[in-house]
Amino acid sequence: MKSHWLMKDKPAFWLMTAIVLTVTLLPLANLVFPASSPLHITAYSISLIGKYLCYALLGLSLDLVWGYCGILALGQSAFFALGGYAMGMYLMRQIGNRGVYGNSLLPDFMVFLNWQELPWYWHGFDQFWFALLMIVFVPGILAFVFGWLAFRSRVTGVYLSIITQALTYALMLAFFRNEMGFGGNNGLTDFKDLLGFNVQADGMRAALLIASGVSVIAAFLASRWVIRSKLGRVVTAIRDQEARVRFIGYRVELFKLWIFVFSAMLAGIAGALYVPQVGIINPSEFSPLNSLEVVIWVAIGGRGTLLGAIVGAILVNYAKTLLTGWLPEVWLFFLGAAFILVTVLLPDGLLGLWQRLPSQKTKAGAV
Amino acid sequence: MIALAPKPGEVDASHGTILYLESVSVSFDGFKALNNLSLYIDKGELRCLIGPNGAGKTTLMDVITGKTKPDTGSVFFGQTIDLLKLDEPAIAKAGIGRKFQKPSVFENLTVLENLELALATDKSVWPTLLAKLNAEQRDNIDKVLLVIGLSEYRKQQAGALSHGQKQWLEIGMLLMQEPKVMLVDEPVAGMTHQEIERTAQLLLSLQGERSVVVVEHDMEFIRSIAKRVTVLHEGSVLTEGTMDEVQNDPRVIQVYLGE
Repeated sequence: MKSHWLMKDKPAFWLMTAIVLTVTLLPLANLVFPASSPLHITAYSISLIGKYLCYALLGLSLDLVWGYCGILALGQSAFFALGGYAMGMYLMRQIGNRGVYGNSLLPDFMVFLNWQELPWYWHGFDQFWFALLMIVFVPGILAFVFGWLAFRSRVTGVYLSIITQALTYALMLAFFRNEMGFGGNNGLTDFKDLLGFNVQADGMRAALLIASGVSVIAAFLASRWVIRSKLGRVVTAIRDQEARVRFIGYRVELFKLWIFVFSAMLAGIAGALYVPQVGIINPSEFSPLNSLEVVIWVAIGGRGTLLGAIVGAILVNYAKTLLTGWLPEVWLFFLGAAFILVTVLLPDGLLGLWQRLPSQKTKAGAV
Repeated sequence: MIALAPKPGEVDASHGTILYLESVSVSFDGFKALNNLSLYIDKGELRCLIGPNGAGKTTLMDVITGKTKPDTGSVFFGQTIDLLKLDEPAIAKAGIGRKFQKPSVFENLTVLENLELALATDKSVWPTLLAKLNAEQRDNIDKVLLVIGLSEYRKQQAGALSHGQKQWLEIGMLLMQEPKVMLVDEPVAGMTHQEIERTAQLLLSLQGERSVVVVEHDMEFIRSIAKRVTVLHEGSVLTEGTMDEVQNDPRVIQVYLGE
């Protein structure tokens, strides 16, 4: 019975199937076939696709607040980066005495700064379960405090967008400082192990790819459930007629807060999966530009559809990989042009285009 | 202690009055939208508010529903609930519902979903996430759909309804909230003659059970439903009485320039 809706929702069914096949077949092709075989997939490709899936999860998280609740949050990367730092801190503690300075307690950058003790907020990160909690709680708490202040004061629209940009910019500047204790502009890197296994090993890369795929599917199903609940309808109503929702007795700010915190937690998970696959986290992940790119992925894929965010994130980042390889200087122009074209010609994004295809129209019996 | 003393938080209309507005003034940048206005609405009555544009009708509704806080004056719901201390959702929860001048239904939701959102139930976040309609609530929605004549449109997106149907849906949403006081701003704007007649019947059928305050420009409509009419002018009450009394009042005639 559970699969019933999935069979009816064809786009969701195909996308989920594609993700499942990707995360099972590609690692197989990587592990089973030797490097000389034409069927071999390189470890680099595995990590690259894992990265796309992390971006897909990040896009999905933004679609919840922007597509469904109408909050154009331009600081989504901040939550992504915080989740990434939480994972990075765990990975740093795993290095142990294998660092350049061989200090069993302090990460290299702290030894370099002549620090004698581990800062209090680094405690506990040697435990994986603790890091997992922080991956969702740190972004969640920041979103809660920020959202509580902003939504209660009824900051909306462009003002909210600007403050979210300021938030991520402020975090970037803070994390650049060595005194913060997060490795300054170098960030956290030179990771060795994750749960006792080498992060560079093919098996680990495959496991991370699978974890990313599973996370995207789980987050998609959870988001879909939220959006189809009565809370989802209240959130959609807030997007369309915020004042009206208050007059029928809902505390609009608490509903916004809930979806904002939920979204920040998903972004944190995305960041945590991203870091071991790229091998580094540094303050540039907080860059305001990164958050703007997420908005473009969602717009291109189709906002307010969940699936569109996933498709948009993967396609745009694939295009980015290709274009920055061929013509690096053209990429930003391409991105800008794609955003303008989609906004003008396809307000519902690529997913909207697919739904407007003649064959789909007749199926839906549209007027 | 009187045996029937209401619980705290419940509306105490034991003196026959459910809404008290006393000496309320609101000014926007020096313009007095409401000027020392006093108004009392009785329990179960149907009151019509008329007045030329800018008389303060909509501002009055904004003050009652918590959208606008007055500079001076007091607003009480029953004898115990001070509305000035509550915000919009709290006032809605206490039992004051509002229909807006411009139909503001949720266009991307279906007719059924619009009514479901308005339904009187626990409206805090977690219960809303887990909410499922029970049989009684479904019956309630069906009843309201019947009353507003939208039964066969239940699955339709509200945005696709005609203007008159949207007005009806808004009234339906108001009914779902089960308010004790309904503030109805221009319910028949853009309606056909038949629709206007049905709206009049509906509003008349509600009085007694609830207090209904109607703001409307359509004098014919007002005449067909009104028992008591309050005329607002420049932010205060000009006069109050039956439709005939009001229409023959020379001050009213002057304000409306012979209407």
